Amino acid sequence: MSLLELHDLKVHFPIRRGIVFDRTVGHVYAVDGVSLSIESGQTYGLVGESGCGKTTLGRAVLRLNEITAGKVVFDGTDLAQLSEKEMRRRRNRLQMVFQDPLGSLDPRQNVESILVEGLAAHDIGKTRDERRKRVLKTLDAVGLPGNALSRYPHEFSGGQRQRIGIARALVLEPDLIICDEPVSALDVSIQAQVLNLLEGIQQELGLTYLVIAHDLAVVRHISDTIGVMYLGNLVEEASSDDLYAAPRHPYTKALMSAVPVPDPLVEETRERILLTGDLPSPANPPAGCRFHTRCPWRQETRCDTERPELRQIGTGHRVACHFAEQIESGEIRPTSELAAAILPDAEVQTEVPNA
Amino acid sequence: MSLLTVDELTVTFTQRGKPDVRAVDGVSFTVDQGEVVGLVGESGCGKSVTSLALMRLLSGRNVKIGGSVVFDGIELLKLRSEEMRDLRGSQLAMIFQDPLSSLNPVVPIGVQVTEILTRHRKLRGEAARKEAAVLLEKVGIPDPTRRLREYPHQMSGGMRQRALIAMAVACAPRLLIADEPTTALDVTIQAQILELLKELVDSQGTALLMITHDLGVVAGLCDDINVLYAGKVVEAAARRPLFAAPTHPYSVGLLNSIPRLDAPRGEPLKPIRGSVNDNIAWADGCAFAPRCDHYTIECLQGPPALTEALTGHRYRCVNPVTTHEPPAVIATEDGR
Amino acid sequence: MTTKTDKIDRLAELTAARAEPEHGLGLWREAFRRLKRNPMAVSGAVIVLLFLVIAILAPWLAPYDPEARTWDHEVFQNQNIFVGPRAENWLGLDNAGRDELSRIIVGARQSLLVGVVATGLGFAVGALLGGLAGAAVGLGGRVGQRVDAVIMRVVDMLLAMPSLLLAVSVAAILGPSLLTVMVAVGVTQVPIFARLLRGSMLAQSHSDYVLAANALGVKRRRIVLGHIVPNSLGPVLVQGTLSLATAIIEAAALSYLGLGNPDTSYPEWGSMLADAQRFLSGAPQLAIYPAIVIIITALGFTLLGEAMRESLDPKLRK
Repeated sequence: MSLLELHDLKVHFPIRRGIVFDRTVGHVYAVDGVSLSIESGQTYGLVGESGCGKTTLGRAVLRLNEITAGKVVFDGTDLAQLSEKEMRRRRNRLQMVFQDPLGSLDPRQNVESILVEGLAAHDIGKTRDERRKRVLKTLDAVGLPGNALSRYPHEFSGGQRQRIGIARALVLEPDLIICDEPVSALDVSIQAQVLNLLEGIQQELGLTYLVIAHDLAVVRHISDTIGVMYLGNLVEEASSDDLYAAPRHPYTKALMSAVPVPDPLVEETRERILLTGDLPSPANPPAGCRFHTRCPWRQETRCDTERPELRQIGTGHRVACHFAEQIESGEIRPTSELAAAILPDAEVQTEVPNA
Repeated sequence: MSLLTVDELTVTFTQRGKPDVRAVDGVSFTVDQGEVVGLVGESGCGKSVTSLALMRLLSGRNVKIGGSVVFDGIELLKLRSEEMRDLRGSQLAMIFQDPLSSLNPVVPIGVQVTEILTRHRKLRGEAARKEAAVLLEKVGIPDPTRRLREYPHQMSGGMRQRALIAMAVACAPRLLIADEPTTALDVTIQAQILELLKELVDSQGTALLMITHDLGVVAGLCDDINVLYAGKVVEAAARRPLFAAPTHPYSVGLLNSIPRLDAPRGEPLKPIRGSVNDNIAWADGCAFAPRCDHYTIECLQGPPALTEALTGHRYRCVNPVTTHEPPAVIATEDGR
Repeated sequence: MTTKTDKIDRLAELTAARAEPEHGLGLWREAFRRLKRNPMAVSGAVIVLLFLVIAILAPWLAPYDPEARTWDHEVFQNQNIFVGPRAENWLGLDNAGRDELSRIIVGARQSLLVGVVATGLGFAVGALLGGLAGAAVGLGGRVGQRVDAVIMRVVDMLLAMPSLLLAVSVAAILGPSLLTVMVAVGVTQVPIFARLLRGSMLAQSHSDYVLAANALGVKRRRIVLGHIVPNSLGPVLVQGTLSLATAIIEAAALSYLGLGNPDTSYPEWGSMLADAQRFLSGAPQLAIYPAIVIIITALGFTLLGEAMRESLDPKLRK
């Protein structure tokens, strides 16, 4: 059974105006009907650009945002229906690691107090010693020395701070950890340390991860399954290898071709799909397929009127595009006005190279 | 002769009651006409300080700059500030990481662009406005005449960065310095901006000094690459040899740390251990030694010199990586 | 030949210089350490301490009784005859033949007392209101928003009145007395503290570590008291120090306007300034002395406050 299932999850933020009386003048459709499921012990990677709603989705799972509609079924219970108090009690089983290692740690707490706070909130460990033992064990697991206990966040380097953040989540022995951009604030050499740490912990403790990141390479490295989000919607979902080998949604193709690869030979030869224009505002998303304003394969009428469903296409591969098959077979070519945006860098046009 | 020759540039920050900080510690490199040169490194390696120093944008009593920066035969570090100001914007231009804070929030984009045209190209009124629209069009901003009236906050991050690039190239500068120009942007927008920079270099023969932490960006864009660590160039080479045969253990470590999109899944990353806090002073030896897998006692005999290989590959290491097998783990456990 | 131990020893030697302390320094303690190194803070603290010591030890420090008209036979205000500094009276005599230096020294007592009590009052009430409003928002819900709205509209009304006018009206309503001065000056400080604390609490409640505490399942009450309030106090404390300076000036201003302490048996800088006004042409020094001490005390508190602001700013932290 899946550990976490989202059914048509919606998070809409009202836009309020007015001096005396607040009027709701519209909504930001941050997450607009996402369904997915995460198997126990697996890593689900959620990737997308800023404004696609991935962070909001992560927070909604923990009910840190109000859920507008839909279900968040965790281990058989719909979290969206729980009272505030019941939800608070359950938070020891779902934890979160934040993007900004410094900002997410209270500057006035030392490491011990940061780590004990969660234990105290859930009445874990009776005596101070018992709690300290557990805290020390966790520190060791994330590779921090025991003498870190009495020190404060600002005395650590960025990578160590993120380890503190991971320890804070880990000390409660959760089942699911939501990692929201866990490495994007870190230097490259430190990113690898933290990614390896996350993987090591998972293997040891059988954790389930929901990793949210904008960096497709990072997500691909760590995830079993990847979901690609665009403007509040899941546009494609596949296993990490499938998605890389055969991206089916035009947006995924474009995203993948835009990720720089540190290898000049690859960079010179691979196909590039340059998207024109910017992300539309999530407060006023385009009708029909949300991506049709930037899609080089857009077709008349259907793409701008009918919203594509996320449908099964091959085993474990879901895509929300009306014309995924036709694009794949070459039946539909990129439309002329946007075709100029597809430029192979060198004379040789190759497929995206396989690993 | 090179367009820009930076020789033994040093930048030292002094602070009362604290030891001096040498952010840039003898950096040398050259940029030729129409060439794209990359300065790559992680935060604190001195790449941004280098760029600010050679634009003479570092000022104040607590900054000491040494060495020489020769641009087109002129020693920039000795120019009077008015002369430097004339060069900036016309011959030398710079774009920054954060396009929002680099633009004046209360002035429409159009005014900010025409200002530069008036200052350096003596264009006024309608002529300046027309030229500004042409520039915006050139950097791929749709509907430029309308955009000219917009304020920075009304534009998206990508559009703002384009507007900044338009301002930077307004006077067809001979050298463009880009300090992490795409770091704040989404990947699909980053791809657009990088494409734009490439086009500008190709069509105008502008030299580009690209400052970034992203080896992927460098791999697709730069002709020559300098890898910086703790204020020194530790490895310099042309793009292909650098990626094909990285020689300095730090460059090797960086490449091994990056999850690659095209790498088979499940291949473990090999991070560099520790953090920049573990560095030792260059005077004592190689600053990278405490984090290095190739560390030997020779590494602690003063600062390593820059060695030049036959291929034109330069590296600052007494114990370079020659074979490209994974380096052995350091001696703490296995006792080499 | 070099051995493995050689290598490690040498490296350890080079890195030992930066050995990390076993015990970390808290934010407050570190801010204090930075404060000690800041010349602005040190000079501010010296000034403030100096005046505090003077105020406390005034009866012993003052060379003469500040009220004794010992030399009134030498001063004739009607004929514009005053006595300037001389060996036995360092700052000369005032218009009633009293020793000016003694009056300045003893005057420090009341001025500082008014400043401290008034600011303390403003701080207490303001922080209470602001804290309540901030907590109400932080705890969330419709009720919270209502509570916040009500409190803040009251505070806004106070803020909308010019502070001196507000103080004058309070003093006029309550009738002049020492307590009135304190209350009047205190009331003008209330909205400043309230707004500041609330604003700073709101900012903190949107921070990532509050989100993190929420994600941990920490109770809201504990989040407000344990995270939001302590992290919001910095700017309020800074404002407190800066407010001491304005409080002293405002207290002086009230006395000057005749709304000060009617009990004239004790000298006070503001009333001294007011009294001196009549003899400005004949004895300008009588106005200058109290003015100078008012300025210096205010400067001391301001320097200290500004330095505190700097040392508490997390962005400047290393």
